[in-house]
Amino acid sequence: MSRAKAAGPLKVAVPRGALLGETLDALDAAGIDTSEVRGESRSLIFPGQNITLVTMRPSDVPTYVEAGAADVGITGKDVLLEQSDRVVYELLDLGFGRCRMVLAGRVGDERLGESERRLGMMRIATKYPRIAERYFEGTGRQVEVIEVKGSVELAPLIGLADGIVDLVATGRTLEENDLEVREEILECTARFVANRVAHKLRAREVDGLAAKLRQGLAR
Amino acid sequence: MIHPIPPGTRDVLPDEMRELRRLHLALIGVFEEHGYGEVATPAIEYDEVLARGDGRTADTAYRFFDGSGDLLALRSDMTVPIARLVASRYAKAEMPLRLCYLANAYRAVRPQRGQMREFAQAGVELIGAPAPEGTAEVVAVLEAALDAAGLERAVIGLGDADLYRQLLAEFGIDGEARNSILARLAAHDLVGLETELSDLEGVGDDQIATCVALSQLRGGKEVLSEARALGGAAVERATARLGETLQALEARGVAQRVQIDLGLLRDLGYYSGAILEVYDPALGHVLGGGGRYDGLLKRFGIDLPAAGFALYMERVHVAQMEEEPRGGEGP
Repeated sequence: MSRAKAAGPLKVAVPRGALLGETLDALDAAGIDTSEVRGESRSLIFPGQNITLVTMRPSDVPTYVEAGAADVGITGKDVLLEQSDRVVYELLDLGFGRCRMVLAGRVGDERLGESERRLGMMRIATKYPRIAERYFEGTGRQVEVIEVKGSVELAPLIGLADGIVDLVATGRTLEENDLEVREEILECTARFVANRVAHKLRAREVDGLAAKLRQGLAR
Repeated sequence: MIHPIPPGTRDVLPDEMRELRRLHLALIGVFEEHGYGEVATPAIEYDEVLARGDGRTADTAYRFFDGSGDLLALRSDMTVPIARLVASRYAKAEMPLRLCYLANAYRAVRPQRGQMREFAQAGVELIGAPAPEGTAEVVAVLEAALDAAGLERAVIGLGDADLYRQLLAEFGIDGEARNSILARLAAHDLVGLETELSDLEGVGDDQIATCVALSQLRGGKEVLSEARALGGAAVERATARLGETLQALEARGVAQRVQIDLGLLRDLGYYSGAILEVYDPALGHVLGGGGRYDGLLKRFGIDLPAAGFALYMERVHVAQMEEEPRGGEGP
């Protein structure tokens, strides 16, 4: 079991990668100084008077927040859904980082349908096995979900899978790899989440930050 | 040579056991001082008996058949076995009845992150003492137990189990939609809560705002008037109950650690009225919980009000170690 110290500044988990820029903009709008994170520093932790920013992979945010190692954090809904067994409080839809979780297949290729019809099962490569499993189960179809870590677009191109379930922002990557969207699964945006105990014991700070983030978004 | 044990279980070696034993003795000492007698019950019970207490435990219970084909289950808490014990052994006893325990319980969870399949709980059950006085006594014992464990910064969240059931009934939401919304509230998924409520027919924007705002109200006594300002009969009743409990706590001088929390929902099926949760700033997980379960004993054939709490011993021990450098008494 991981432990956390409650004293000191509120620890905010900040996602590196695609969500970083807009997350920092949102924090700026909420009156939090993010210049250090934007700078050249290779640090992961940026201490402040009332708030300490901790940068990490988006998929690690629920882990740190659930354990209370970070009090609150920002990450994508896709991450939260994929790790839905993690207990974090989802307090706010931040609206940015909008993208779609889709089922995609090769352009002009009927392998998805053919596998389903003739083999009773589709092979789906994805970085989001739980979202994929839930989606196909919910729509009454059988699939073999193949979890991959890297570029999932590769899988249907060289015959690992019939199609992919992946996150799409602009659709460029799909296009470049001769893939097309077949079904939309859900839409994802960035969310503000809190640790269960921090939400109770640091109520004023957590609510204050949520309110400032909300105001910043409305502007 | 390494011989594995199932995930979610563990061995305890002497250094840890010595500290745990000290903690056990301190807690049982506090319970005894307050007039609670320690009981033990079998770890295995008839599945039918446990399910009578809380049908939903079936999801996470370890169940198996014995040689004569009876379906048995490992207990997943001590409250239901003690309700069974009271109904069979103390049906004619003078009330209130004060019982305490230190026991292992079992849940078939995916073992990870401090979620153990086998875990130790220490707690009390106060049978036959109604709200608010009975609730106040249980909170007083809980406070003394936290002090004895050296967790002086620990906080007790106090909420109301009936609030949202009644509020949603008031909004005309029932059946599957109600359960789904209660699940969102329990998970504090505010985004999902708002979406789901606005997808329902006949639920207005102000009702959505009330529901979301209520779930975020936590703090001192002022929270009760803030809640009342949101209006509605369900809120009125819940805040009245909470106010009475708070008054009884103040009369006993045990209200300092208590934080009113209108967002509190416990996921066990048998709670009614006041519910409790215990937090320590040193730990990101809940240390324990409890509350009133006035309807539970009726399911076993005796209609008596009851309340209690349980602390997760492993978590209390972790918090104890984390609090030590702060000059708390430690183990």
